[in-house]
Amino acid sequence: MADEIKKLSSQLAQDPDSLVFLRLAELLRHKGQLDSAHRVAVTGLERHPHLADAHDLFARILADKHDYERAFDEWDMALRIAPTHIGALKGLAFLYFKVGDVEQAAAHLEAAQRAAPDDQGVAQALALARGGQVPQDTPGTAPAAAPSPSPSPAPVEEPLPAAAQPLEEARVFAGLEGAEEGLLLLDASGRVLGGALKNAQGQDVTDAVAAYLAGVSQEAARTTKLLGLGKWTGVAAEGRSGHVHLTAPTGDALLLVVRDRAVPMGRLAIIAQRAAGAARRWLEAHG
Amino acid sequence: MTATAGYGQALDLITRVGGVRGAMLVSAEDGIVVAEQLMEGIKGPAVAALAASLATRLRRAMEAAGVGASLFWHLQAEGGALLVVPTPNGILVVAVAEPDVNVGLVRLELLRAAEVVG
Repeated sequence: MADEIKKLSSQLAQDPDSLVFLRLAELLRHKGQLDSAHRVAVTGLERHPHLADAHDLFARILADKHDYERAFDEWDMALRIAPTHIGALKGLAFLYFKVGDVEQAAAHLEAAQRAAPDDQGVAQALALARGGQVPQDTPGTAPAAAPSPSPSPAPVEEPLPAAAQPLEEARVFAGLEGAEEGLLLLDASGRVLGGALKNAQGQDVTDAVAAYLAGVSQEAARTTKLLGLGKWTGVAAEGRSGHVHLTAPTGDALLLVVRDRAVPMGRLAIIAQRAAGAARRWLEAHG
Repeated sequence: MTATAGYGQALDLITRVGGVRGAMLVSAEDGIVVAEQLMEGIKGPAVAALAASLATRLRRAMEAAGVGASLFWHLQAEGGALLVVPTPNGILVVAVAEPDVNVGLVRLELLRAAEVVG
C-alpha cells in the first residue's frame, strides 16, 4: 500500500488536475492517515468542486474524524450534484442512524437500493434499519456494518444553552446561527415575524428585502404551476457577494436565509432546513 | 457562425444533460423567447415571461439584501426544477429539468452556454 501511495502521490504531483487524488485520499484514509487524506481531498475538491465522488470521499474522511456535521454537509452536497449517489445515500443513512432517526436512515437506504438493487451492503444495512439497529462503522470502511445492541438516539439539532432558553424562547430563530442578520421569517402579507437581515456594511435591510419577497414567492408559485411541477419548495440563488435560499416553511409563511459566498449552497440549504423547522415550531406555538 | 447557430449550440450544451426537459434563451427585460429547445407540452412563451418576471423580482430582493445580482438561481419544486443563469447582456439561459437532475452538471452547462451567448 505504501508503494501505491508513493506512486499516486507522484502522479498527482505531475498532474494536479488528475482524479488520482480520489484513490490516493482513499488509500490514506484506509491506512488511518486521516490528516493527509483530508489535505489531499480538500486540494482535489478545490480543483473539482462539482465532483460528487470527491464530496463523498471527503465526507467519509470527516466521518472518520468524527466531524459528523461537516460530513453531513458534504454528503448532502454530493446528493445535490448527483441525486442517486450511492455513497452519499449510504453516508447520510449512517449519520441519521447515529442520531436515532431510523425513519430517515431507512428512507435513504431505500433510495440507495432503488439506485443499486444488487448492492448487498445496502440490503444488509436496510435490514438493520428496519430492525432498529445501528451500523457502527463509517460507510466504505466495512462491507457489513455490525449492529450495536440498541440505537443511541440524540437530538438532531443542538439544544440551546439552558440559561438562554427562558429569554430566547419568544424569538423564532433563537439559538440559530445568524438569527439577527441572516434569517428572515415573513407572513403572507410580507409582515416580518422574526429574524433580521443586515448587509455587508452592517445596515439593517430587513424591510427593504421583505418588500420584494412576496413577489418572488408569487412568481415562483405561478411558474411551477404553469410547468406542472407541483408546489415550489425553494429558490436558491448565488449572488456576486452572497447566497440566498428562500423557502415556505408553512403554506403562508416565507423564510429567507442569506449568507456570504464562503458558505456553500449545500450548507445554505441545510441551514434553511433547520431554520424552517424552527419557524414551523414557532408558528405552531404562536399561530 | 451566425447568432442563431451560436444559440443552438448553447442550447445543445444544456439539453444533452440527462433529466433536462428543455432549454431556452430569454430576454430578461421583456420575457420574450430568443431561442428554445423544449420538449413537447412546455409552453415556452409563458414560461419565458414568468422566468423573466421571477428573475427581476429575485434580483431586486438580492440587491436589497446586499448580495449583488444573481449569477445562478434554481427554483425547486416537487415535480422538477427551473435553473437559470443570467448573462451580462440581458439574456437568461434557462433549463427546465426533472426533479432528480444533476444540478451541478446543469449549472456548469448553463454557465458554459452563457459564455457562448455572451
